[in-house]
Amino acid sequence: MDPLTEAITVDLATQPVRALNAELHSPSSKAYEVLAPAGAHAVAAGIDSGISVDVRGHVGYYAAGMNDGGVVTIHGNAGTGVAENMMSGTVRVTGDASQSAGATAHGGLLVIDGSASMRCGISMKGVDIVVGGSVGPMSGFMAQAGRMVVCCDAGDGLGDSIYEARLYVRGAVGALGADCVEKPMRDEHRAELAELLAAAGLEHDVTEFRRYGSARRLYHFHSEQAGSY
Amino acid sequence: MCGIVGLHLRDPDLYPRLGRLMASMLDGVVERGPDSAGVAVYGDTRRVPEGHAAVSVLLPPDADPSGLGTQVTAAGDTTIIAAPIGVDDLVARVTTAFPTATVVGSGEDLAVYKGTGHPAALATTYDVAGASGWQALAHTRMATESAVTPEGCHPFSVGPDQCLVHNGSFSNHATIRRELEREGVRFDSENDSEVGARFVASRLAQGEDLEKALLALRETFDGFYTLLVTSAQGFAVVRDPIACKPAVIAETDAWVAMASEFRALTGLPGIDSARLYEPEPGKVYAWTR
Amino acid sequence: MTPSPAERGLRESATFDRATIAGIRHAAATGVYDIRGWGAKRAVPHFDDLLFLGASMSRYPLEGYRERCDTDVVLGSRNAKYPLHLDTPVTIAGMSFGALSGQAKEALGRGASEVGTSTTTGDGGMTAEERGQSKTLVYQYLPSRYGMNPTDLRKADAIEVVLGQGAKPGGGGMLLGQKISDRVAGMRTLPAGIDQRSACRHPDWTGPDDLAIKILELREITDWEKPVYVKVGATRTYYDVKLAVAAGADVVVVDGMQGGTAATQDVFIEHVGIPTLAAIPQAVQALQELGLHRHGVQLIASGGIRTGADVAKAMALGADAVAIGTAALIALGDNSPEYAAEYEALGSAAGFYDDFQDGRDPAGITTQDPELAARLDPVRAGKQLANYLRVLTMEAQTIARACGKSHVRHLEPEDLVALTIEAAAMARVPLAGTEWIPGNTKRSGAGPSTGRNTHA
Repeated sequence: MDPLTEAITVDLATQPVRALNAELHSPSSKAYEVLAPAGAHAVAAGIDSGISVDVRGHVGYYAAGMNDGGVVTIHGNAGTGVAENMMSGTVRVTGDASQSAGATAHGGLLVIDGSASMRCGISMKGVDIVVGGSVGPMSGFMAQAGRMVVCCDAGDGLGDSIYEARLYVRGAVGALGADCVEKPMRDEHRAELAELLAAAGLEHDVTEFRRYGSARRLYHFHSEQAGSY
Repeated sequence: MCGIVGLHLRDPDLYPRLGRLMASMLDGVVERGPDSAGVAVYGDTRRVPEGHAAVSVLLPPDADPSGLGTQVTAAGDTTIIAAPIGVDDLVARVTTAFPTATVVGSGEDLAVYKGTGHPAALATTYDVAGASGWQALAHTRMATESAVTPEGCHPFSVGPDQCLVHNGSFSNHATIRRELEREGVRFDSENDSEVGARFVASRLAQGEDLEKALLALRETFDGFYTLLVTSAQGFAVVRDPIACKPAVIAETDAWVAMASEFRALTGLPGIDSARLYEPEPGKVYAWTR
Repeated sequence: MTPSPAERGLRESATFDRATIAGIRHAAATGVYDIRGWGAKRAVPHFDDLLFLGASMSRYPLEGYRERCDTDVVLGSRNAKYPLHLDTPVTIAGMSFGALSGQAKEALGRGASEVGTSTTTGDGGMTAEERGQSKTLVYQYLPSRYGMNPTDLRKADAIEVVLGQGAKPGGGGMLLGQKISDRVAGMRTLPAGIDQRSACRHPDWTGPDDLAIKILELREITDWEKPVYVKVGATRTYYDVKLAVAAGADVVVVDGMQGGTAATQDVFIEHVGIPTLAAIPQAVQALQELGLHRHGVQLIASGGIRTGADVAKAMALGADAVAIGTAALIALGDNSPEYAAEYEALGSAAGFYDDFQDGRDPAGITTQDPELAARLDPVRAGKQLANYLRVLTMEAQTIARACGKSHVRHLEPEDLVALTIEAAAMARVPLAGTEWIPGNTKRSGAGPSTGRNTHA
């Protein structure tokens, strides 16, 4: 077998995370399988090439943090800040994700098959996030750019102080955050939503989604808006 | 700023394994709180024999508590004194004998251990793995604004069979402390979390249930917190309305567990099929026996 | 000429002085609080209130210009594979591209590199000008994460996790639309021209226990090569420094309330935080109790450093290095009398101009206006900064030699006395001519306060 395509297995029960990440930063293979993560932090953080990594089990904070080009699948749940500040590539969580999933991410695609808890997509800067389940309160806080798709419900405070990110939610939405409003779904939005769902491998009727974005009332500082600052 | 773990067993077959499960949970939050650790165990008849009350106490150096109870055991900084009398009577007996001692736990079902040092070493000192019972919690501490002392260590157990552990930092606790002091409440430490515990205890003493007391806390306290509160009836979790401090709850038919991080839960039986979720901001989650 | 109000016997209110009256009038007219740059303008106990005890008979001085007195400093040796080695302990504090023009950032890099010290990015990311001209560049990791990317992170020589700054501990930033040019907007992923609000908390961690995990992630991503700093605004400094260390910091940066800003509410600048003088001894105490002071974790102090005497005093109190911001901008040409007429036209005056948020800086430093920015020649301004940094270093050396030290870091609190009771209490050094250090009692629950009890 070609050594570059044969997956290398790293068992975190016997190897430290540091050794795993060092290997992933200078990869000798194109594919990796990571066993026994047991909630460890910073698993597969800082990937900067197009390798694929399959993590078998639940991970702790900042899994696939700052991913730049890697294709990382977490077969389990992810802790706080999965794929935080991702630049490019794909990160998939087959279970649920904790707080701040995809925080400040600039690019790439984050798919969470289960649900994400609070602050999903906080300060997102261009990433695409598709959540198969629901997102918790305060998701899309100060979201600057990119798209977030939620196939079930969104908690209170959705899109608080949002800038130019676009949010699509299929289910119920709690109280909207400051300066976040529902906006009409036009053809271009249905098309981009269909594309995002397809990229995530999820099947839903795009007409069931509603779109949310910035009312842009907080873009200029006025004391009349004091209640919203 | 800390790590929290708690385990409430539903399946009595697991009671003999409580300590071993707790020890593995505690191990998962050691890094979150390297300064000190505390543990509370409910229902360990080896530590609190049936028909006895027990007082967990930090004694002054050279104190000899041997005559105060029918069973006196020491583990690190904590001494547990058990006697077949009422809880209040036993507390009075201990504090009369040693006026400078700090009672860190009392009840008919509860043993509390507190101390400074590395949590992994303390777990051995407390013989956490050897515990049995139906409920336990543990806390590892990274002290924020009060001293690293056994008194400042969690849990804060300030009412009968009650415990509170806290991850986070209250930001208006000084005023609430003054108000409680005006009502006659006495404090053992400068710790902000103790104010939370005393507040909850005063509410429970007024007849409120755990859920109501925690809702009142949410309305009164500023700051960031994940709290785990236990009583003779059960177990409750609440996070502040902004909910920055982490918390994971796992449930199966056999147990309910709560931890700051998932990795503390990996050793629990059936964790792979447990219902895992994070408590929502400001919402009280409570389980009773 | 009309007689002045004072000559006419009019008495100005100390409570409602002219600046206060102007503030009330501004609030009433606009409904918006005053946002400005620069640091606190009020007088607070400062390094000027301390004096050195030069050598005389009991101690021997070193010969100026001949006998060796070193100034180098190593930062970040605790965990990093590549700690920083700087030739002078005077570093350049974080100031963003956005707040400053590209030319100003370049000039800072040129000046700092010429004398062998570091510069620091700011809120808004790393620019090519800055990386290109800075031999040693510290990359700030901020709540907003504007322009934050792993490629630049790896290009940096050190990472500074910013929790706050002296001008506004607990507050987020505000960059008004005038300065959000297309380039700034692009780097920050924001629409051009809007008023940009920066967050005060990081989006994916809160508190020291979670910061420990964040620092671990940053180390993992950069393969444990780079020193990690943690920067705090000075408030509850004793606790904050202990917690920064517990979270894994290699270097702690403490920024006193005199520290500058590009744009913050005036009420914040003047009323939140503690003076640099009060913060350093708290930070040092925290490190000493952890056994890490001058062994393992380095302390950088900032906030109102202007002269080599300030540098020497900060180091004598226990800092390993200092950072300068406002003074560096002045060295580049900020508030220069050359533009006196233009400052007047903006309603200010040379030496008083603090409307950095407006982006109309005649000196071309705190602006994104291409024409104004082009006024600043990065080569010339960089040279001026290098000159100034050399003066600071030589001044500190001069004092160190006079105190008999072969390295500026060998200065110690026992070399200092205070001119005022306030400064003596804050700096924990005796009032000049006495052995009295006021305030050596602990207020219950208020944190630490121990000073030297004896002075032999």
